[in-house]
Amino acid sequence: MTGERRAIGLEAVKMRKVFGGLVALDDVSLKVPAGTFHALLGENGAGKSTLVKCIMGFYKPDGGQVLVDGRQSAIANPREAAEAGIGMVYQHFTLVPSLTGAENLVVSRPRGRQIIDWKAEHAALEEFLARMPFRAPLDKPVHMLSAGEKQKLEILKQLFLDQRFIILDEPTSVLTPDEADEVLGLLRGMTKRGDVTVLMITHKFREVQAFADDLTVLRKGGYAGAGKVAETPVDAMAKMMIGDTQIRERAARVAQKDAPVTLDIAGVCADADDGRVAIDGINLKIHAGEIVGIAGVSGNGQSALVEVLSGQRPMREGQLTIKGSDFIPSRQSMAKYKVFGLPEEPLKNAAVPNMTVAENIAFRTFDQPPIATLGWWLSAGPMRKRAQELIARYRVKTPSADAPIAALSGGNVQRAVLARELSGEVDVLIVANPCFGLDFASVEEIRAQIMDQRNRGAAVLLVSEDLDEILSLSDRVAVMSEGKIAYVEEIAKTDRATIGHHMAGHGH
Amino acid sequence: MDAGLALSTVIAAMLGGAIRVTTPFLFVALGEMLTERSGRINLGLEGTLVLGAMTAYAFSYGTGSPWIGVLAAGCFGFLMGTLHATICRLPGVNDIAVGIALMLFGTGVAFFFGKPYIQPTAPRLPSISLGAWTGDPRFEQALQINPLFLIGIALAIFLAWALKNTRMGLVLRVTGDSEAAARALGHPVMLIRLLATAVGGFFAGVGGAFLSLYYPGSWNEGLSSGQGLMAVALVIFARWDPIRCLYAALLFGAAGALGPALQSIGVTQGYYFFNAAPYILTLFLMIGSAGSKKALRDAPGELSLTR
Repeated sequence: MTGERRAIGLEAVKMRKVFGGLVALDDVSLKVPAGTFHALLGENGAGKSTLVKCIMGFYKPDGGQVLVDGRQSAIANPREAAEAGIGMVYQHFTLVPSLTGAENLVVSRPRGRQIIDWKAEHAALEEFLARMPFRAPLDKPVHMLSAGEKQKLEILKQLFLDQRFIILDEPTSVLTPDEADEVLGLLRGMTKRGDVTVLMITHKFREVQAFADDLTVLRKGGYAGAGKVAETPVDAMAKMMIGDTQIRERAARVAQKDAPVTLDIAGVCADADDGRVAIDGINLKIHAGEIVGIAGVSGNGQSALVEVLSGQRPMREGQLTIKGSDFIPSRQSMAKYKVFGLPEEPLKNAAVPNMTVAENIAFRTFDQPPIATLGWWLSAGPMRKRAQELIARYRVKTPSADAPIAALSGGNVQRAVLARELSGEVDVLIVANPCFGLDFASVEEIRAQIMDQRNRGAAVLLVSEDLDEILSLSDRVAVMSEGKIAYVEEIAKTDRATIGHHMAGHGH
Repeated sequence: MDAGLALSTVIAAMLGGAIRVTTPFLFVALGEMLTERSGRINLGLEGTLVLGAMTAYAFSYGTGSPWIGVLAAGCFGFLMGTLHATICRLPGVNDIAVGIALMLFGTGVAFFFGKPYIQPTAPRLPSISLGAWTGDPRFEQALQINPLFLIGIALAIFLAWALKNTRMGLVLRVTGDSEAAARALGHPVMLIRLLATAVGGFFAGVGGAFLSLYYPGSWNEGLSSGQGLMAVALVIFARWDPIRCLYAALLFGAAGALGPALQSIGVTQGYYFFNAAPYILTLFLMIGSAGSKKALRDAPGELSLTR
């Protein structure tokens, strides 16, 4: 397993995949010459994952063929892909958390001795790392590594297995901007030297422009365009991705002056499920008519903060105050102080999948008139009527108000939750990764709704892993790192690089 | 009786009891540990233990060799484990529910076929005398050691080594910790779980053989008093580590020996209470380790207990 093997080229010709009646991939072709860095762009659901899964042998394509270095290859499963030199780094890590880095590398090898000679293995691994442009710690269990280290280890694993065509599925979604630039820069160097070929699935134009040679764009399962990155401006990429979908205009930001503090988070500490400290002394004041964006690499306590604010996680220390009075997150006080929320993964965190859309929309109001009489006798009529109004107003696409909410698409579940949370008066709005996994039209719709609430005077806490979302929506940005607020600044006085440094935990 | 003598008698009795009572705990716990490290829980080991005790006794009686009985018990345990794993691989089946069903199935089958073996006497396992050097008859008696106990200790050490230093050990840990990763590496997850559960069943069967062929050393329907279930608690307490399983089994064994040991010096007050010591210990350990977030951290990621 020395570096004798060189980069390999790959071509997919007229790939087709049909699930049931749905054409997920419609005669898509893709050409990646050896030693290039290729970006595969497209919205969620455009067919990018389906295409690479067909290449990797996870799915059996219904048509088309894959050429490896110009020769036709039948790849029936991931193991055969590995034998052909094609490896994939998944969005969700496939390292085993309780094993050390070295154990992960050794176990990933398809063949090996039954009894492991650790002394020899460690020596071989050291020798391998010495030839690599970057390293990762090998003696710690993987669950103790940072996301960046894990990502590097995933890539090292592919190189250790001598894979010379590496597919990366949204590799930077869990990295800080600096880590992302480092990892992609190193890979770029390796493609330039002809060591590997890279195919990267992404939706970040910035990364495409900075690192890729060529790009292919998919839209709704079909081929939408391809070209050299140097000759394709961002506008053209965006147009290829979105097509002529109508995008809702976002309301302008209304200037707010000397607004009072609405939500005051003072010295809040909470523990994670395994007893470790999740958040440690969070102080944050959010004014009426202000969006405070919380940036950070996922897993630095953002979700614990949201859970504390929505009453899902007990607060060990600290105090929450809304407009000067104590706030203990419970259903009653949330109604009293008009606290609403859009949690991440709404189907899991804000909806009961098997209950109907109407019932899900009524969660905030079902025990009040007109739906409830005497607080316990519920009438289906008013419930359905109100749901139908909101479904129309928020353009939720559902077969009927009585369909289970799990049958709706991601964007429509989020719209239904939005309808429930935002249809009344809102003083405090807590939002976490609201646009994760949604298509462009839904993303713009949801961001516009958040901006509307801000303009109407709500205090908005926006937790997001997408730095672009934070930069475009927030009035102020705070960075969370290792359970603490590492940095707070007005959006006009900061920039991506500064925020990125603080996300990585070396801002001082 | 003066206090010093009484104390040394109790200690000798507890030591001997611990060594005697530990063995079935140890075997079942190691089997359960192996199964759980592959990402599945087999609560049916109680049934396997009882079935193992019955088959061991029957085969020992039939062939005249207790070691053939031990082997037969292991094989029936292997079959019980295979049955559990085969049912669990069907879609939508819950391993805990299947485990409870198999626990009842195993004891039921053992009682049904075991009826004719309650009366006759089968050849029992021999013991090795390791206490001659002490010159104290009480300790000599306590250190009458069954080979299965030594095999159990060797097995615990071997498993600890194998989980770290063999390819199979690593693959087993991958399967138990992340099914997705195991699939991505191309390992047959279901087959690995089937083998882990079957081998775990083998160990539990051998544990049962010890019950009927050495201590208490006869076959009857009240033979196991929930050791198979307590071993599950023991695995959690030992945080899925074979060596800690050994220590925990010794602790449980000593607790189990407390009642008889006190009786041997004439303390009969609260006999039933002291006999209940292992159950009380289980209860407190469960409360203690359920509250311990550290235990959760060491748990295999695919276990339905932790998900």
